[in-house]
Amino acid sequence: MTKAIHVLVVVEMADDRPVDLCYEMLGLARRWVDAAGGAVHACVLGNGLDGVGDDLIAHGADRAHVVDAPVFAGYQADAWLPDLAAIVANVKPAAVMVGHTSQGADLAPRLAFRLGSTVATGCNRVSFADGKVHVTRPCYGGKAEEVVSFLTDPAVFTVKSKCFEPWPAQEHRSGEVVRVNSVLDPASIRTHVREVRRDASDGARLESANIVVAGGGGMKGPQGFELVSRLAGALGGAVGASRVACDLGWCPPSRQVGLSGKTVAPELYIAIGISGAGQHMAGCANAKNIVAINTDPNAPIFRFARYGVVGDCHQLMPALIDEIEALRK
Amino acid sequence: MKIVACVKEILDPDIASSVFRVDEDARKVIPIPGLRSVMSPFDEQAIEVALRIRDALGEASITLLSLGFESARAIVKHGLALGADEAVLLTDPAFEGGDSFTTARALAAAIRKIGDVDLVVTGRQAADGDSGVVGCGIAELLGVPAVTFAMDVTVAGGMLLIERSLGDGAETVATPMPAVVTISHEVGKVRHASLRETMKAARKPMHVWTPEDVGLGPAEIGAKGARRVLERLYIPANDVECEYIDGKTPGELAANLVERLAAARLI
Repeated sequence: MTKAIHVLVVVEMADDRPVDLCYEMLGLARRWVDAAGGAVHACVLGNGLDGVGDDLIAHGADRAHVVDAPVFAGYQADAWLPDLAAIVANVKPAAVMVGHTSQGADLAPRLAFRLGSTVATGCNRVSFADGKVHVTRPCYGGKAEEVVSFLTDPAVFTVKSKCFEPWPAQEHRSGEVVRVNSVLDPASIRTHVREVRRDASDGARLESANIVVAGGGGMKGPQGFELVSRLAGALGGAVGASRVACDLGWCPPSRQVGLSGKTVAPELYIAIGISGAGQHMAGCANAKNIVAINTDPNAPIFRFARYGVVGDCHQLMPALIDEIEALRK
Repeated sequence: MKIVACVKEILDPDIASSVFRVDEDARKVIPIPGLRSVMSPFDEQAIEVALRIRDALGEASITLLSLGFESARAIVKHGLALGADEAVLLTDPAFEGGDSFTTARALAAAIRKIGDVDLVVTGRQAADGDSGVVGCGIAELLGVPAVTFAMDVTVAGGMLLIERSLGDGAETVATPMPAVVTISHEVGKVRHASLRETMKAARKPMHVWTPEDVGLGPAEIGAKGARRVLERLYIPANDVECEYIDGKTPGELAANLVERLAAARLI
């Protein structure tokens, strides 16, 4: 008989609501706990969190721990760690899940070590058997995958987006929202954010787009990206890019898809002038259908593509834009 | 100002996936004969950040620190040739089979022994493990702040000012020293080793330390100290069959592709 377990999901907020990845983690936790018995806990730190606890319950949490104070208005590891450690000491979870974002990747290692445990990052599969957590994560620049288990408690891991199904929201799901009194001494915060600059959201949000058109080294310059933009626009999709293109300044870094960029899982991913190196594929491997356009028939991208075109993207893109605009009429 | 740059020797991350092989029984990557190992690229960028700080301040001591095999000497020498002042190589069979935790623990112990360190820089993740844990781990073990995904680091008024990359933008973070900063690829191009620095590099001190030198016992490091178990390492299969689109002209290719995508209800 498997022991009942507690699973804790650490929630990240953006624009006054939990990021979608949190609902995906709650879905994963919910399915695990429904099979094994136990409880799903969510914890959220922020400022002005009315209704967030109920939202987390609706999405699968049995108990939502809410730490609400102005000092938590923006993320700082120094500010977050004391209360997270206290909640973990209270809940005693078998596993702590954190979203794999710039915030989660910053937080999870320090949290894990503070708890006397360790962390596995960027996990795309999780399995539970005989009380053991096994996580799968890409490594070697996305060329390989490893499965890792933990010798210490709790198992802390960061979860990649679009790998797990969220729990379907049920407005009247019962659960408990607990308002937690913070144990943080604000004087202990050493780092401070002086300024935040968000990219202007030009066009569709990359991570939630159903169609992504991504350009790579084959663009040969920023002008190529104008065509990528027009093609994305004609399809109603978002613009993505390989790291090569971003490093060369051909498009903003926020467009980067890959191991050190964003993870996307659209219905359609059109990779133009992208070789298909592992570190890029790690960001788009979960796309349902990949179309590859490349002059090199031996480019690795064709091994991941559902449809392939060997040809010059600078001639193909205008032709594609014409065809799609004709289709729309 | 005293800067430590933590660097890692790895197999070349840019080898084509067509020649990349894994021994699943040994749970190890099969090295390609004759192919030299390299310094993890994000760590090269960490050295570049240290050098830029020294250029701006006029002075700073830069110590390279690496936990690795004897073969790591070569990449550490490369770091000295880029302009670091001295190096510490932590090496011993007892370090083998470790994980991010034991690596962080060993590096933190070495940093304590080096003493009076103001800034520790290291790549945001190693381009083999891709975990991104050791930098923050060192900070937690030393009880100092860590700032991750730095694109730019300046020193002003005794504080570090860091431009930090967010998914959809950037933020400016201020932190007192000592601190750990992990470096992201937006730092940009790294300088090449100048002939002068390469010649000086041969005479720069390279210290080799064992676990005992940094006060660590056998149970605290390597496979004995690790907190995670590597259960499997493999190359994932992909079972996608690519349908190549026909056409003699760009116009034909475009028309045929759009027809297939429309038929599949993807557009």
